[in-house]
Amino acid sequence: MSQLLQFFIWIPFFGFIVSMLIPRKKESILSGIAISTIGINLAGILILVVFWLLNSSPTLDIKHIVLFETEDIEIFIDFYFDKITAVFAVVGAILTFLVAVFSRFYLHREEGFKRFFTTILLFFLGYNLVIFSGNFETLFIGWEILGICSFLLIAFYRDRYLPVKNGLKVLSIYRLGDICLILAMWMSHHLWHENITFLEINDLKLVAEHIKEHNWYAFFIALMILIAAAAKSAQLPFSSWLPRAMEGPTTSSAVFYGSLSVHLGVFLLLRTFPYWESIFIIKVLIVCTGIFTGIIATSIAKVQSSVKTQIAYSAIAQIGLIFIEIALGFHDLALVHFTGNAFLRAYQLLVSPSVLGYKIHDMVFNFEPKKLRNTNTLLNKVKNSFYILSLKEWNLDFILYHFLWNPVKWVGKKLDFFKRKMSVASLSIIYLFGLYCNLFQSSIPVDLFDLLPFLFSFLGLLLILKAFAERGDALWAWSFVIGGQLFITLSIALLNENFGHNHILMYLSGSVVSAIVGFICLKKIKSFDNNIELNQFHGYTYEHPKIGFIFLLSCLGFAGLPFTPTFIGIDILFSHIHKHQEILIIFTALSFVLIELSIVRIYARIFLGQHKKAYHAIAYRSS
Amino acid sequence: MNELDSRQKNVLTNEKIIDNSSSILSNPSFDETLVLHELKHYLPSQTPLKDFIHHNSLHAFQHLKFYEAIFKASKIFGYQVTMQLKEYRELYETGRIKDTILERIIIEKKGRENLVKWKGYLLSKDYDASNLARIGQLRAHWKSLYKTDLDSLVQPLLFRILCSYLDQGISIWNFPSENKGFLSSIRELEKNSFTSFFKTERAKQLLLNGTCKITDLLKIVVGDEAYYEQYLFDQQFSHQGWSGMVSSIEDQPQSLLDQKKISLHDLIVFELLLEIDALNFQLGKDWKPLSTKVNSKPLNLFSDVPSTELNEVFTIFQETFEWSYYDEVLAGIALEKKRKHVDPVNKSFQAMFCIDERECSLRRHIEKTDPNCETFGTPGFFAVEFYFQPENGKFYDKLCPAPVTPKYLIKEFNVKGKREHELLYTNKTHTFFLGTLISLTLGFFAGVRLFMNIFRPKMSPAISNAFTHMTKDSELIIENKNLEDRENDLQIGFTIEEMATRVEGLLRGIGLTKGFAPIVYVMAHGSSSANNPHHGAHDCGACSGRPGSVNAKVFSFMANHLKVRELLNAKGICIPDETQFVGCLHDTAGDEIEFYDEQVLLPKNIENHKKNKSAFESALDLNTKERSRRFASINTKNELQKVRKAIKDRSVSLFEPRPELGHGTNTLCIVGSRNLTKGLFLDRRAFMNSYDYKTDPQGQLLTGIMKPLGPVCGGINLEYYFSRVDNHKFGAGTKLPHNVMGLIGVANSCDGDLRPGLPVQMIEVHDPVRLLIIVEHFPEVVLKTIQAVSEMYEWFINDWVHLVAIDPETNKFYYFKDGGFTEYTPITNELGVIENFNAFMESAVEMETNYIVDATQENLPVYRL
Repeated sequence: MSQLLQFFIWIPFFGFIVSMLIPRKKESILSGIAISTIGINLAGILILVVFWLLNSSPTLDIKHIVLFETEDIEIFIDFYFDKITAVFAVVGAILTFLVAVFSRFYLHREEGFKRFFTTILLFFLGYNLVIFSGNFETLFIGWEILGICSFLLIAFYRDRYLPVKNGLKVLSIYRLGDICLILAMWMSHHLWHENITFLEINDLKLVAEHIKEHNWYAFFIALMILIAAAAKSAQLPFSSWLPRAMEGPTTSSAVFYGSLSVHLGVFLLLRTFPYWESIFIIKVLIVCTGIFTGIIATSIAKVQSSVKTQIAYSAIAQIGLIFIEIALGFHDLALVHFTGNAFLRAYQLLVSPSVLGYKIHDMVFNFEPKKLRNTNTLLNKVKNSFYILSLKEWNLDFILYHFLWNPVKWVGKKLDFFKRKMSVASLSIIYLFGLYCNLFQSSIPVDLFDLLPFLFSFLGLLLILKAFAERGDALWAWSFVIGGQLFITLSIALLNENFGHNHILMYLSGSVVSAIVGFICLKKIKSFDNNIELNQFHGYTYEHPKIGFIFLLSCLGFAGLPFTPTFIGIDILFSHIHKHQEILIIFTALSFVLIELSIVRIYARIFLGQHKKAYHAIAYRSS
Repeated sequence: MNELDSRQKNVLTNEKIIDNSSSILSNPSFDETLVLHELKHYLPSQTPLKDFIHHNSLHAFQHLKFYEAIFKASKIFGYQVTMQLKEYRELYETGRIKDTILERIIIEKKGRENLVKWKGYLLSKDYDASNLARIGQLRAHWKSLYKTDLDSLVQPLLFRILCSYLDQGISIWNFPSENKGFLSSIRELEKNSFTSFFKTERAKQLLLNGTCKITDLLKIVVGDEAYYEQYLFDQQFSHQGWSGMVSSIEDQPQSLLDQKKISLHDLIVFELLLEIDALNFQLGKDWKPLSTKVNSKPLNLFSDVPSTELNEVFTIFQETFEWSYYDEVLAGIALEKKRKHVDPVNKSFQAMFCIDERECSLRRHIEKTDPNCETFGTPGFFAVEFYFQPENGKFYDKLCPAPVTPKYLIKEFNVKGKREHELLYTNKTHTFFLGTLISLTLGFFAGVRLFMNIFRPKMSPAISNAFTHMTKDSELIIENKNLEDRENDLQIGFTIEEMATRVEGLLRGIGLTKGFAPIVYVMAHGSSSANNPHHGAHDCGACSGRPGSVNAKVFSFMANHLKVRELLNAKGICIPDETQFVGCLHDTAGDEIEFYDEQVLLPKNIENHKKNKSAFESALDLNTKERSRRFASINTKNELQKVRKAIKDRSVSLFEPRPELGHGTNTLCIVGSRNLTKGLFLDRRAFMNSYDYKTDPQGQLLTGIMKPLGPVCGGINLEYYFSRVDNHKFGAGTKLPHNVMGLIGVANSCDGDLRPGLPVQMIEVHDPVRLLIIVEHFPEVVLKTIQAVSEMYEWFINDWVHLVAIDPETNKFYYFKDGGFTEYTPITNELGVIENFNAFMESAVEMETNYIVDATQENLPVYRL
């Protein structure tokens, strides 16, 4: 039976590929492919579940393709199926199916009709990868796909400012979660000395032993998982991204942010429960996160006057409660709660436009003017204070932006000297020196050699910071990212003699091609108006959608999204960093967060947003 | 309708002020009252969405000639006001813009000697069409000189606070205010709280202890007085949706059920405070006002816009696009005029429809199904203006054109059955504990509901149902027997004399004073739709965006009243005793008709009514077939019953953003006998007002008929025009991402500005052309009529609508231009003929995309039937 699991990945994958090949205007074929793909998947999963139940519901696990193997690393795809997978798979397939059918006419004649349905299929593929995953690597591939689908669907209306801005905002939070997952993977690799599968984690004895021995590492892993889960499920302090993600067509908001995507944090916690079950502090942390989120999100939901935002916050509050249920061990309840919450919020979002008619009609018959009061009693003052805080979303949006990204930008802006000829030359020389050191290691003093990885990863980070904050020519930013990438690779290569050339090749193969293609695209765009400064949105997709698409692909490839070998490379790369090299891991992890953000930012600024040439109707910036 | 058009008047008084404003702009002294007045004048005037009143999106420029106005507005505010040059050229390639007409118009405007030159300009010269708007240039300096993105810092919070203050019922925890006004509510809140909306102390102190005068705050933010006006325009037009909403709620507080006190002044003060707050936070305490760093001189936003060659190209193209269609219409009417019309001797029934262009196809089909019937068109409030109070209703619904203020109240009573509720719409799901309980229980039910909604759509309490506006078997108090019966300063019901006046007015207006059939149907219309915040825009415009069922029922009651008939008799309108009026409502989305008070019918008429009803059913079948050709979800070739069912399903489907297409494609307004158009296929593009010039040789009735055509039909037409050419700035964008804000409007995103105007789904079938009004009367009478009222004349003399008079005796056309009529001879001399209507409908093309060049191909040319 476990052999069947892979089909739930292949079906959406083929659907996605076929869908990509259909011309844009063939609406009924495009929606037909999506609906039948998801429909077949739904039928399959229902049949599987029935058989599985009849066979006394065993836990299934199967190791599939080994992507990469050496003596000490093995990276492979693994699928897994148990009760949790069953529930998430059935609910996911039903909701995606209903929403695809719903969208068939809803999206009619929308400019992005094809984009929508192909993205839905890609999303479904990513979702299935996550919930059927049997190890972190497989889960992470799905996780990454979901992140990029999110960006594409939030920035669906790409000729307006707010969707693009909010798409980037959400991506940045997702990215934070991603990196936590990478760190968890990194540490768990060192903890277990292998890529452990979820099946093995269920072996309580094994886990308990390990955790006793490596208390701090186990805690670190659990903490990273918690942050990743909290970010994905919009728990505190990340909550404010969820309402801002409601930028795409209502149907995509319903399936992503009302129901499936936002509950993946719940899935992650359920899936990794044995990992952190015995760590008391983590449980306390999860319960606290849940309680605070529940209270604060409810208070925000209560004062909201826009319907989708209100639904978003009440969904978040319920997820907080689900987190608590998981931590306390009520997993069946959590699954039921997830199902109910997912259906309810999806439905509420889908019918949200009819609230206006319904409630106004209701008011005609049942309106009671509010009893108004505003005294300066202490109680009232406290109430008012809460009201104001809730209306400002407890400053969550501001705090995230201010404390997370502003410092990064601030540093980046200080690095303007990198653009001088001198700096470029010195960086090149330093790099050549590094290469030399790598090749002729014996001729370098040991003390110096030990320092080199830190130096190079630090320089790499600085270059990427510069790229992230760059407001001038996009070609500069693109070059900085490439430079940063090269420095990081070198730093790790220097670090570890085992890091063979095939590893480097694996890592760079995808990025080099992507880097070159991306560079050509930008050059081409620059040739039109000789202005690709990053201090504004240019909206070139209006005139050059094809170049935009190619550039997007090269961005994704460069960032190591799972369709290039670079993805595996990243995983290997991290596995070469030892667990005591905290500084190195911080530099590298930070660089990886920022690489993707920097290049997606370049994509967004050059190709998305309001078109800069006003010879046709242009959206207001405030819309 | 005969009352003074108060809104129009308002606009006029504003203009006088605006005309002086240019001189004031060059004068550095700042007059706050005047600037606020101007701002209100130029901001969008759409009221909260529960009532949708169509109006000219550029009403503020209506005192100028059409082209002058649109190009000026474009330069000032950055609007796109015509199609793009590329689009016009493609339309020329496809033949939709006709070469013959193009040449005629170039010759007319530029002289024959310049024909070749100008044709070259139009078809192939390169122009730089990009438009740098004047608005926003001053405030852009925050970003360029201060590196501060003020809009991003201020707007999300500002919108959120505004929306919470005005919220009608989404939030559970309401804005703690005593409704003393926006600013004082915020002041109270800030005073009685430990937290604050502001990030810095300075702004808070200014609010609590400062003067809060706009000029004082501008002094801090802007500095130099000469920039104040430009700054305020920049600021308010950076979020014209919310500013416009605040301004219209200020003027019409009754447009909200839960009334709120707010003013544009308060909004500006609060926004300036937030700006000071953001600047202080971002730049520290020592920032200098904007004018200290700005080098450019203050810009006079409203200074004259020089005419450009490109604009002339646009003008010629647009005129040609319009006349390419108009010419066919006039040719068709000319052919119809030659045809001999024989009025049926034994009329089976008569039916009065709304002038609405959506009724034009139903009229055609009913006339075909029953050739002995006769149809009329008249504004769908049927000349009875009143407020309506449903039983247990806490508010009144206005049921007459928006500018009219009625003095009467009609109350409903004896409603059978209870209003149903939708369990899943409760806001209890947003609280913590009940939310948990509900998601654990009703959550699963939601899944089932969703499934049912998608695969078996049916009517539910959550869907706006045109037929529930008034319950079918309820009763109304229509007759006033005692003048003391009043409520809130309104008279309950009409007296006999008042009824007679209204019935007489309507019947004379449409020329129905003799030859009554046994039954006269009074057919109101409304529209049902699901999941549609803009549903009001589909209802009857003459009933303030609501279904007209009550009006139909009231009018029928009046016309059936024996005492009313006595009075009418005395005035020369003799309605035979066997003639009965029956009110009914046509749902233009679901294509169903409901008849009211059928129990009053005489036995003989019951038989007739039965026959007529089945005729209406057949006509509705045909009507759905005709409509279905534009709907991708329906195969027009299917059998009639299937198509009919599919149309009905659309109107109750949550996933259908186009339950119907509203006024899309409206282009014509025909005032005259039905015989002018009876033999023509006008593709549901014509407003039709019945009028008989013979009964009104001096044109006294014509004034009453023509006066509302500008604001009502012209308003609809221009709103569609502008939303079509610039759906981003005039329109509401696509419906799909819309987020309902406070039950008063829609926005994209949770931080976005309100989006007034029409959504893409309503305008994509629309060809952006102005309204052509065709009147069947002698040109000199028409001229006298339009000149009689200055606000009516403005529509014509400034070219916001086109006007053609048909001389009923010579059958010649006269086009109104520059204050006089000139003869017009159509170039088109042949029209296609529809042999088999069903086959014709089945073969009609559907647009490939909603790009205008593709989309316009769906709009069929004029055919003869």
